[in-house]
Amino acid sequence: MATSVAHQAPGGPAALGSRIWSWVTTTDHKRIGILYGVTAFAFFLLGGLEALIIRLQLASSGNTVVSAEAYSQLFTMHGTTMVFLAIMPLSAAFFNFIIPLQIGARDVAFPRLNAFSYWVFLLGGLFLNASFLAGAAPNAGWFGYANLTSTQYSPGLNIDFWVLGLQVLGVASIAAGINFIVTIINLRAPGMTLMRMPVFTWMSLVTQFIIVTAFPVITVALVFLMFDRFFGTTFYSVAAGGDVLLWQHLFWLFGHPEVYILILPAMGIISDVIPTFSRKPLFGYAVVVYSGLLIGILGWGVWAHHMFQVGLGPIADSVFSATTMLIAIPTGVKIFNWIATMWGGKIKFTTSMLFAVGFIAMFIIGGLSGVMHASPPADLQQTDTYFVVAHFHYVLFGGAMLGIFAGIYFWWPKVTGRLLSERIGKLHFWLTIIGANLSFFPMHFIGLLGMPRRIYTYDPALGLDTMNLVATIGAFTMGLGALVFVVNVVWSRKRGTPAGNDPWGGATLEWAISSPPPVYNFSVIPEVRSRLPMWAEDGMTPVPETPPSPVHVPAGSYWPALAATGIIVMAIGAILKTLLITLGGVAVLVVSIYAWSFEPFEV
Amino acid sequence: MSHPATAHHTSTGLDSRKLAFWMFIGSECLLFGSLISTYLVYQGRSVQGPTPEEILNIPLTSISTFVLLMSSLAMVLALAAVIRGDRTWSRLWLLATALLGAGFLGFQAYEFVTFVHEGLTLQTNLFGSTFFVLTGTHGAHVFIGVVWLLTLLVRSLQGKLGSDKAMNVEIAGLYWHFVDVVWIVIFTVVYLLS
Repeated sequence: MATSVAHQAPGGPAALGSRIWSWVTTTDHKRIGILYGVTAFAFFLLGGLEALIIRLQLASSGNTVVSAEAYSQLFTMHGTTMVFLAIMPLSAAFFNFIIPLQIGARDVAFPRLNAFSYWVFLLGGLFLNASFLAGAAPNAGWFGYANLTSTQYSPGLNIDFWVLGLQVLGVASIAAGINFIVTIINLRAPGMTLMRMPVFTWMSLVTQFIIVTAFPVITVALVFLMFDRFFGTTFYSVAAGGDVLLWQHLFWLFGHPEVYILILPAMGIISDVIPTFSRKPLFGYAVVVYSGLLIGILGWGVWAHHMFQVGLGPIADSVFSATTMLIAIPTGVKIFNWIATMWGGKIKFTTSMLFAVGFIAMFIIGGLSGVMHASPPADLQQTDTYFVVAHFHYVLFGGAMLGIFAGIYFWWPKVTGRLLSERIGKLHFWLTIIGANLSFFPMHFIGLLGMPRRIYTYDPALGLDTMNLVATIGAFTMGLGALVFVVNVVWSRKRGTPAGNDPWGGATLEWAISSPPPVYNFSVIPEVRSRLPMWAEDGMTPVPETPPSPVHVPAGSYWPALAATGIIVMAIGAILKTLLITLGGVAVLVVSIYAWSFEPFEV
Repeated sequence: MSHPATAHHTSTGLDSRKLAFWMFIGSECLLFGSLISTYLVYQGRSVQGPTPEEILNIPLTSISTFVLLMSSLAMVLALAAVIRGDRTWSRLWLLATALLGAGFLGFQAYEFVTFVHEGLTLQTNLFGSTFFVLTGTHGAHVFIGVVWLLTLLVRSLQGKLGSDKAMNVEIAGLYWHFVDVVWIVIFTVVYLLS
């Protein structure tokens, strides 16, 4: 029966088969959040492994760890994996688990659509990585410039895997984006006005709007590429009058907003972490919210700064240079707000707080080098060199990933009911931050001294051996940090201190309920009277331990997973160039959609 | 929590499915926006014919456009009939909407076949690539809409489309009108301004 009072998840040692089945059919946002987190972290380790092989190859000049072709596949899959299969879905793990708790909801607006997003993401990620098994991993870089991707220059399956895999992943992102927009707008507890929402939820909302609007653009770019490769159209064919810049425009129209898709959730996370551990409300809450909105809007007007080197002309260059510099303002505003929040606060340097502070420091460095290549003349010197690699690793690893780790340490006790070890956590933090700086800081100089990115080796005469070796040592230090984190996870599962409802003295709604939360989240939906309901006097109505009346909980459904299977079968049919398999996938998808629509399912 | 039969309370008072659908339409705007922009950017850049001027049949497409516009009218009447619980007219108008949509698809199929006979395929030139992908994507949307409408018709024939299910029809209507509006833009940009 789909109604539950107090118990959650099948109690006792249920058979393994039925336990797995309950995960396949789950529509509980918390379990889907865990699925997202575990899957994305596995992809993160895979992407990290690719990075380590890259660094091993570059540890000395003229190295032969991998061939030039394998190297191209590694850097392409490293970038693609980290962007689409690690950072985005790690953020999605937080969206899933945390947003409904922060707004006082029992689940997301469309639980089955949520499950569908996860299964599409998982299968899309596996599909993309199956290219390694076929010996044909994508090899044209994560932004796959035309006409490197044309059948003429890339006749193998490599780009086919990429063009199909990314379209599949786009479906998952758009579906999840719509789901979370509706959840945040429509399922807030009474009194949870927009300007009382936690900043993490706010930044997530902005992120979802960017996802919903940016992904169709790359979908169109990918559809053109797919038609060029499969059906002989001429979208990116110069000989037929086409323009390879079309790809660059469409890709970066998506690609730059994508940068904010990656960073805004992390900014939201630390906007919740820093006040908690400074024992002070966030300084200038409204300004932080508005600057996030402004970043979301301005993020649409800067894409051509990725294209200064193609010669767009002085007017375009000037405009995009100005908008790029402009977007530094709301970003800087946020940084001042975080610092002002800490100012005079009773700061407690937990592991989570260390990662949050690390985010600020690293993001400032990455932001400063970012403003440097907002200037076209400077950019022309830096583009396609390791300077750019240094820049975006400072913002994406030093920014997004450190923010995500801050969130993991912060919310882990809420998710599992047990704390992570602070001692192991601090070791994890220091290995990570030292490793990151050791690895990425020398890349600024390596780049300015002329080492191009994406070249599998370099000449000893350049004199870059030492700095490259240092970068490699740093990368392995980070890798060690990731292993220490895994140890911490295992430790926490076995010996972690029970967390209680609110181990950190948090201000927001998720800390009002038990850890892990019951399947229905809130026994009674609270009425919220403050932006900081747990800190304010009488900030919310109490949430009793046990529900006074039975709570309706949606049942599971296997149709979302089956619909996702249909989509991936379509992609497999396309890779195998077998129309029958693709049509089989369509059939599975259509049947699943109908069964899904007509099955009795009460939210 | 509320009883399953009663409508769910939402923070805004808007139905969640309807809101989700508006978001989907917003997303679709960017999809068609990108397709139409590409068509415009590549206009007149084909290195060989046939050109739009040589091949587009504006009078014929005007008729198919009119057919699609009338289907939107039928959609409005279908929704009104479902809301007032009028089974006969909801079935008739749903059928009319689906048939008019299918009629539009028939015109499009005829147009595509004619173009291929006159030497314009996906591979011929940039015009062929952009034209077929843009109008084909739109046609696929119409096709999905027709299947959706026929599904609603079957539900109505099964007696499962009472006025309590009006939201299902309203959302299908949103989709249908959106696809119609997109066609008006495509017709203007591709046919009238060529």
